[in-house]
Amino acid sequence: MARSVNTQRKALNTAVAWAIGLLIFFPILWTILTSFKTEGQAISDPPVLFMFDWTLENYSVVLERSNYARFLWNSIFIAVGSTILGIIIAVPAAWSMAFVPSHRTKDILLWMLSTKMLPAVGVLYPIYLLFIKMGILDSRVGLVIVLMLINLPIIIWMLYTYFKEIPGEILEAARMDGASLKEEVLYVLTPMAIPGIASTVLLNIILAWNEAFWTLNLTAAKAAPLTAFIASYSSPEGLFFAKLSAASTMAIAPILILGWFSQKQLVRGLTFGAVK
Amino acid sequence: MGRITLDKVTKSFGETQVIPPLDLTIEDGEFTVFVGPSGCGKSTLLRLIAGLEDITSGQIRIDGNDATNVPPAKRGLAMVFQSYALYPHMSVRKNIAFPLRMAKLDKAAQDAKIEAAAAALNLTDYLDRKPGQLSGGQRQRVAIGRAIVREPSAFLFDEPLSNLDAALRVGMRMEISELHKKLATTMVYVTHDQVEAMTMADKIVVLRAGHIEQVGSPLELYKAPRNLFVAGFIGSPKMNLIDGPEAAKHDAHTIGVRPEHIAVSASEGIWSGKVGVTEHLGSDTFLHVHGTGLGEMITVRAGGEVDFKYGDTIYLTPRADVIHRFGTDGLRIA
Repeated sequence: MARSVNTQRKALNTAVAWAIGLLIFFPILWTILTSFKTEGQAISDPPVLFMFDWTLENYSVVLERSNYARFLWNSIFIAVGSTILGIIIAVPAAWSMAFVPSHRTKDILLWMLSTKMLPAVGVLYPIYLLFIKMGILDSRVGLVIVLMLINLPIIIWMLYTYFKEIPGEILEAARMDGASLKEEVLYVLTPMAIPGIASTVLLNIILAWNEAFWTLNLTAAKAAPLTAFIASYSSPEGLFFAKLSAASTMAIAPILILGWFSQKQLVRGLTFGAVK
Repeated sequence: MGRITLDKVTKSFGETQVIPPLDLTIEDGEFTVFVGPSGCGKSTLLRLIAGLEDITSGQIRIDGNDATNVPPAKRGLAMVFQSYALYPHMSVRKNIAFPLRMAKLDKAAQDAKIEAAAAALNLTDYLDRKPGQLSGGQRQRVAIGRAIVREPSAFLFDEPLSNLDAALRVGMRMEISELHKKLATTMVYVTHDQVEAMTMADKIVVLRAGHIEQVGSPLELYKAPRNLFVAGFIGSPKMNLIDGPEAAKHDAHTIGVRPEHIAVSASEGIWSGKVGVTEHLGSDTFLHVHGTGLGEMITVRAGGEVDFKYGDTIYLTPRADVIHRFGTDGLRIA
């Protein structure tokens, strides 16, 4: 009796989880489906789900009209570059906060997080002016710097949480064994924190890839990444939903594939520390 | 060589002084045990010697050289931690090799030392396992192996056995004592367990609130505790401490009688009382006697054969030649 109730409950849980999953995924699915429709079918009422004439025309138009490879390269450069730069700055910062904390460490962590609560548009004007003065407007280097700064609090927080899980005695043992600070970080701390560093890298690549506010406002043509590529298809002279969808699909495909293959790592990363 | 001298060493965390000025000399080759209740500063003292904590004032000398500002790695000491502190991502072999690798020893010399240490510690079959695949006792042996290969001038042990179960603890206790006899290297050992202190030490340092209460060999501490704290701390079961008129008879404020120094009888004796809980250990019987008028309870260590029941009347006679006398200041009266 108890067992059958249990099985029923499990089946219900699975059904609910699938329903929620599909609900969340539906906009993406719809975008992908729409990208294979004609412009007419894309806005037809009632909408068609699968029964339409599948076409690749939108993709060929989009590829013809814009230089997808350049947008893609910009996205990769900006996402990976800002993440690597962030990690290089965050590892020593998180190390010092986790292993040699002062009584202000908690305050600093909270203060860093509070910068994420600031509406970005509030600092758009000063940052825009700074970028003009420094001559880095519409440059990949400029975007790498600004996205690194935006994600740095999250990178430090995540690494800090991972490092906190590493027992201090192991690092002390390394010190007793004759390791210098560099050797201690290189041979003991980093290998032990590799899973944590990997999830942090993945999550931040995704966050940087999807970032739209700064990438749209600080770029024009040269450094524009895929977010700008999508935006260029929502034009004032009329919406081309099918082409917009094709552009969106092409923009999200790389990160979707990366996310799919690393989902185990990501879930572990995001729930790390929650369960001992 | 491994003579460690602490000269007026103090340690404060912020405003709180955990080690007041302290002088101590640990002779070369000696097995010294720091013992005391938790929070007495014994681990802090060990970490000061190791260099993992900076001292606030004073001087630490190792073999006569000032080591006060020398980093841990350069002090020539090796440490075994309570949590073992093995590197979880490295095999046993790599764990033991780590200090040799840091010392830039060549591969052949490394291998020879690892093999020798593994053979001495019965770890040869486990060299390619990760620490996660070992039992507690094996992990502790790896930690000791990692310390041995460095050939340090002294070993520091921070409660190394407290994570092991009772049976294993006795075995490891013997192994560490054996190791000390074989290597004849200075060992400094921290524990809160007075049995470990008594069984292993050449010299025991009893600590309370950062102060040294007494330094001496196990038997010195047992036979002539300097004050009430040491009297109550060393010895198992605890010494009976008796105040009042009974103590006055011996011209003392407090007298101490060890449980093993009291004779029991069903018919005659100096003190009488009712038997409470009795603990039969086979070889010994611990009797807890109430209602003697001497204090709450008197503990007696009798032979394994005695047969008193709960509530029986019992007569006790302390051995007059081993009664410890203490004054109002808690210090021993000679």
